[in-house]
Amino acid sequence: MDNKENIALDYRYELPVVEGNLKKSDIDDLIAAPLEKKANKNFYISLALSGTALLIGVVCIATTLFNGIGVWGNNQPVGWAFDIVNFVFWVGIGHAGTLISAILFLFRQRWRTGIARFAEAMTIFAVMCAALFPVLHTGRPWLAGYLFPYPNQNGLWINFNSPLVWDVFAVSTYFTVSLVFWYIGLIPDFASLRDRTLSKTKKIIYSILSLGWRHSHRQWQHYEKAYMLLAGFATPLVLSVHTIVSFDFAVSVLPGWHTTIFPPYFVAGAIFSGFAMVVTVLLFVRKIFHLEQIITLNHLEKMNKVILATGMMVGYAYAMEFFMAWYSGVPTEQFVFINRAFGPYAWAYWIMISCNVLFPQLFWFKKIRRSTTAMLVIVILVNVGMWFERFVIIVTSLHRDFLPSSWGMYSPTLIDFGILLGSFGLFFTLVILFTKSMPAVSMSEVKAVTEGAQPQHHGVSDHE
Amino acid sequence: MNNNPLFAVAAVYDNPDKIISAVTKIANSGYRKFDVNTPYPLHGMDGAMKLKSSKLGFITLFFGLTGAATALLLAWWTLSVDYPLIIGGKPFFALPAFIPVTFELTVLLATVSTVICMLTFFFRFPANSYPIHDTQYMKDVSGDKFGVYVEAADSRFDLTELTILFNETGAVRIDQIYLPAKEVYPLFQPKFLWFLFSVFVITSIITYFSLNKLMYMEPFDWMADQQKQSVQKMSVFYSDEFGMRTPVKGTVARGFIPYKYLGQAVPSDTMKNPLPPTSSVLELGKKKFLTFCSPCHGNFADGDSRLRGQFVNPPSLHTSRARTITDGFIYHIITNGQNAMPSYSSQVTREERWSIINYLRVLQKAKNASDADLKMAKKESVSDGK
Repeated sequence: MDNKENIALDYRYELPVVEGNLKKSDIDDLIAAPLEKKANKNFYISLALSGTALLIGVVCIATTLFNGIGVWGNNQPVGWAFDIVNFVFWVGIGHAGTLISAILFLFRQRWRTGIARFAEAMTIFAVMCAALFPVLHTGRPWLAGYLFPYPNQNGLWINFNSPLVWDVFAVSTYFTVSLVFWYIGLIPDFASLRDRTLSKTKKIIYSILSLGWRHSHRQWQHYEKAYMLLAGFATPLVLSVHTIVSFDFAVSVLPGWHTTIFPPYFVAGAIFSGFAMVVTVLLFVRKIFHLEQIITLNHLEKMNKVILATGMMVGYAYAMEFFMAWYSGVPTEQFVFINRAFGPYAWAYWIMISCNVLFPQLFWFKKIRRSTTAMLVIVILVNVGMWFERFVIIVTSLHRDFLPSSWGMYSPTLIDFGILLGSFGLFFTLVILFTKSMPAVSMSEVKAVTEGAQPQHHGVSDHE
Repeated sequence: MNNNPLFAVAAVYDNPDKIISAVTKIANSGYRKFDVNTPYPLHGMDGAMKLKSSKLGFITLFFGLTGAATALLLAWWTLSVDYPLIIGGKPFFALPAFIPVTFELTVLLATVSTVICMLTFFFRFPANSYPIHDTQYMKDVSGDKFGVYVEAADSRFDLTELTILFNETGAVRIDQIYLPAKEVYPLFQPKFLWFLFSVFVITSIITYFSLNKLMYMEPFDWMADQQKQSVQKMSVFYSDEFGMRTPVKGTVARGFIPYKYLGQAVPSDTMKNPLPPTSSVLELGKKKFLTFCSPCHGNFADGDSRLRGQFVNPPSLHTSRARTITDGFIYHIITNGQNAMPSYSSQVTREERWSIINYLRVLQKAKNASDADLKMAKKESVSDGK
């Protein structure tokens, strides 16, 4: 199908997942191209930029480790600041990957195939960035082993009642399961690359990574079952992870945190920010690696619709928080929310509202949903807005609570900004290296959804 | 290559419908040892190959339940048996609070063991030397073709019959796959031994470095070196270079109460005993008497020193003088010292001194009891027994 902006799209029929009548061998060539061709100048420029950001982060982390977390801006009464803001932000980014790979798989959304691999990789990298922050937040990262239950000399055990321990289990399980899910998806592609490559070294590497995969249907049968089971487990897992992250706040008694709306609100926000980040990165990837026929405008449009929907859920949560503060009749609760919108951090609150609730409304227009420039601007604004959402939740709730004598202000230091920049550096460095070293789009899954890929006599759509 | 025995005969197709019909025919002809290789799973192939549904789900179920049980048992045993601790007013076994960890561990064990079991037991991976690896057939089915092969080990194997079948169903190409030459890797070959040796050396160096060097470097040294003045260290700040400061003249320590008869051989006046002889006071007095007094005065204040003449033997404390002097005078002796006995004011606190005196009075009474006292004691013991 020719996809030009002036042709009206008929949404009553399923749009083709792969455009331009690509043959299966063309798909392999397209996806494997970044791995087989020499890197161009743009690759090195982008790697240098993200590597610089990463190095700045490394220097700032080293400073923190050497001098202690006193070099950060955190102080009474704002004991949680950039560290926890960044943690929640990055964990949220990760959620889009699992949503695309697991939840859309269970819903038999065939368009997920083009973006699932990339989004899963982003999940893993985002969780790596996220895990950095609570570990640094403890101040003594080399003692992080104490977070796990093991029989030790002190005879002490971890406190299973604590949301912070739940966090440790949730994030480490999430990382492990995402990694396994991602690797399982990569095995057939590694096998295809192993059989394509002409280089001896690459062949050894791909042989090891593919474990000897033979594309045998006796393997595919179990493989599909395992994939479905994993998707079935990853779906409640992804919901549980941000629920548990929200428990870090909701289980406390602090006004502004102690609300039961937090789990669904956080999960919606996570998917919102995650999709925004996936769209941001995919816009560049499809351009640079000429994947416009596999990661089509239709894909991006569908993701923009998800952004619009989750953005409104988040907007509903913002409104409901204010309603509950008024309805509860608790003066401190009411004060915290008025202070949020009109207090000293009002600027952060209004950045959050405009970026998360107002700007995504532009996605009601099809022209904007399908314009790469417009969506790039909006999704970057969403990323900014979601970072500020966590800043607003954490800092404005902490800086003025029950006792006016212990009110205070928070201002981050250069080190705080350096570590935040470094986490972006780490994320993008990993993303760039990933696109160069592994198939960024699942070859076997995309081939399976091209036209004529499945037998006709068997009937259609009784199975994905 | 052709000297090796035949492994299988394989056919390559370029259309999913053709391979499904070919596989249906092969399965219907009674072949068992055959396999289909496709770049992605084909719908309807399970039925064409007559495969039973995957049993992988049972593994997931088993390990999922194991994960849940492990988490609950661990939380229960650690927090209600091994180290019970009341946390936030919750019961020791706070089930709602244990749900998150239970859920996470269920998911972790279920998914990871499903994948591990699938790869190792179902697929027997890693297996990079299967006969079809590195053949043109494998290259085709990795890309965009569909292939099927029947193993020569199958009891019904018939090369000509299969070739006809493949040709009839529209195969693009028919290959004969031979077993690869057997490769033997002896355990004691120089390359492998060198590999083992280098792993050993690298592991040793890293372990040695991290345990013996890294743990003594900042900031991993548990804050051993801090920017503060420690007591016995030299100071660069003070002109006299002493880290430890002497108090200003006339400084009085917290809680210090001056003893005004200090230094007098016979005090001009004595204090009154502020402590009543309660059982706790007597317990304390006994303890302190046995610690500080008994080495010279003897366990029962008989003056039977345990020091075997290495120090002057003090007199018995059961003399009439010792029994008649006031508590305050004994306090003065302990505080100030007398004859060969030094002052004990730095070792024994004020309360302890008065407790010792109370205990000493008990000893004296026990050794010099009158008949009336005996009667009294008997009466009390009888009444106690009631």
